[in-house]
Amino acid sequence: MTESRFRSDIRAYVVENFLFGRGDELRDDDSFLESGLIDSTGVLGLVGYLETTFAIAVADEDLVPANLDSVVRVCQFVERKLQEQAAQRAG
Amino acid sequence: MCGIAGILNLNREPATAIAVEPMLAALTHRGPDDVGTRVEGPCVLGHRRLSIIDVEGGHQPMTNEDGSVWITFNGEIFNYIELREWLEPRGHRFASRSDTEVLLHLYEEKGEDCVHDLNGQWAFAIWDVRRRRLFLSRDRAGVRPLFYAVAGSRFLFASEIKALCGQSGLSRDLDLRALDQILTFWAPLAPRTILRQVSELPPGHSLLVDEQGRQHLRPYWQPNYETMPEPVDEDRCAEQLLALLVDATKIRLRSDVPVGAYLSGGIDSSVITAIVKSIANERLRSFSVTFDEAEFDESAYQDEVVQYLKTDHSRVRCSTADIAAAFPDVVWHTERPIVRTAPAPLYLLSRLVRDSGYKVVLTGEGADEVLGGYDIFKEAKIRAFWAAQPESSRRPQLLKRLYPYLPNVQSQPEAFLRGFFRVGAGSSNCFFSHLPRWELTARLKLLYSDEVRAELASYDVYDDLKGSLPAGFAGWDGFSRAQYLETAILLPGYILSSQGDRVAMAHSVEGRFPFLDHRVVQFASSLPPRLKMKVLNEKYILKRAAGHLIPASVRRRPKQPYRAPDAASFVTPDRNGHLPEYVEALLSPERVEEDGVFSPSAVSHLLAKARAGKATGVRDNMALVSVLSTQLVIDRFVRRAGV
Repeated sequence: MTESRFRSDIRAYVVENFLFGRGDELRDDDSFLESGLIDSTGVLGLVGYLETTFAIAVADEDLVPANLDSVVRVCQFVERKLQEQAAQRAG
Repeated sequence: MCGIAGILNLNREPATAIAVEPMLAALTHRGPDDVGTRVEGPCVLGHRRLSIIDVEGGHQPMTNEDGSVWITFNGEIFNYIELREWLEPRGHRFASRSDTEVLLHLYEEKGEDCVHDLNGQWAFAIWDVRRRRLFLSRDRAGVRPLFYAVAGSRFLFASEIKALCGQSGLSRDLDLRALDQILTFWAPLAPRTILRQVSELPPGHSLLVDEQGRQHLRPYWQPNYETMPEPVDEDRCAEQLLALLVDATKIRLRSDVPVGAYLSGGIDSSVITAIVKSIANERLRSFSVTFDEAEFDESAYQDEVVQYLKTDHSRVRCSTADIAAAFPDVVWHTERPIVRTAPAPLYLLSRLVRDSGYKVVLTGEGADEVLGGYDIFKEAKIRAFWAAQPESSRRPQLLKRLYPYLPNVQSQPEAFLRGFFRVGAGSSNCFFSHLPRWELTARLKLLYSDEVRAELASYDVYDDLKGSLPAGFAGWDGFSRAQYLETAILLPGYILSSQGDRVAMAHSVEGRFPFLDHRVVQFASSLPPRLKMKVLNEKYILKRAAGHLIPASVRRRPKQPYRAPDAASFVTPDRNGHLPEYVEALLSPERVEEDGVFSPSAVSHLLAKARAGKATGVRDNMALVSVLSTQLVIDRFVRRAGV
């Protein structure tokens, strides 16, 4: 994957909210679930952040680990969503 | 109920009373009514007394007929009347009516095996003059505390760590492995304590120490979940359980001072209160905590029980500001970091009890461990059920139903719910039931400083736990394994200590727990799990045995775990608009850096998040309480030597 333009913002959000600001050990492809990084506030805060920051609409069917389980996956998801939304507007 | 302390000189020098006096002074809150010391050669025993049985004749330390055995004793032997009836025909002469003296004579008769005959809650030390050795013992469940250490050429013991940690020759270094255990299991695994050089006598254990300082630690009791063979007659089991509970309660009413009761509004304390009413048939005094926040408050159910059982009830209303104000004192008494503020309201409750003129309360503590009431048992059952059909969309709904009070769980997408609850982890993992809780708590270790991380890099808390498991553990069913883990770790290390003895005795109040009568524990352990949790109906056999004694609404109510406001307590301004000064001071980057346990930047991050009202998850709440309580422990026990 090419470097996402959103990587640094998304990573900062994750480090800030799930890692008490300590991002030194987080790799971009680390699974949030496998590493126990997501607590009971879960993925919902992350989704709220993505919707607000990137002006995307996250549907219920999007709430799966394939989209939201690592920094890399979240970046890819946001890129895809933005492309879809742009295509819809253009169409 | 009392405080005990003592010193055994290991260099054969005669002991002195003056040496134990500062230790006793640190235990005054445990025994404000009387103080005593006794020097016997190299050994000095000390005692602070809270007079409950034989108020006039129970002065301690106490000896037997010929002065060959001396004891200092904290606790109650509830079957002392029956034991005395057994001892008298064997020639033992009694000078008092106290349970302490019964214990002495029983030791004369049976030596260290005397503990098998005891029904009670105890921590005691016996100096055997002839055999020149010290015998320490602690009750089966771990109701009463007992700590010990070797400092130079002295063996020291005391009811609380604060009585030990000012002693010369005793290092006050933190035990980082104990902290690592707390930030996983919520409790240190005895004998480890938060101070490296201090040990805790584990529940169900005795310790012999001779004049050369040789220590022989041995277990005399452990929970055992070998279940009775099927078919099992449910009605008969319910009858037996109720009969045991009635007798356990009856002997726990033995007291020369009035006995009250805690009423939480749940089933367990309601059942005990109802049994007390049926036995004593007089107006009973009861006490409870209420909260400003509806999500924690159970006063509506408490009111129902009070009206139904007609008790004289008093309550203490607990706000976030009350918790913040009490918290430093609470941690001073828990003597260990805590992950929740829940001990604080109980500290305020025991103050109410004392101010009401009461010294003894019965509570429903222990029922959830013994009879399978905790959500963690239900959660494990649902997780295993879901893991059997991982693609099921209905099974996860059961988890959401289990935690109606956790909004984040309610709105969690299914795939993430699966990950959070470790549905993929095989139910064959011997810690399956506790993995979500332990792994969630262990995330708090992200807050460690780099130095602490490096020091703990090669340490695995699970190794210590695996080493302590009983031989039969692997062969027990999953429900029994979960019960064992709760009973062996959280019950003594948190529920009975931080939420129990320590915050009650802070105000000279003794708790008594009928559900932890060892006969009840052993009977319940032998029951098939299906009688404890029928499908997802927790404490089924208790409801069947004693449900008729309490209001139907309480019997049928959904279980609500006892909780209190956590992070919000420390970032909500008080009535004058102020935040607690100690929070600011202890969590400042400079102070955190100086103390060295946590990363200053991570703690600042956490505090800022809490102040912004964003520390809403379980983990962030636990993180703030854990860091703050650890900083308080360092402040009081490491920096200020327990004063």
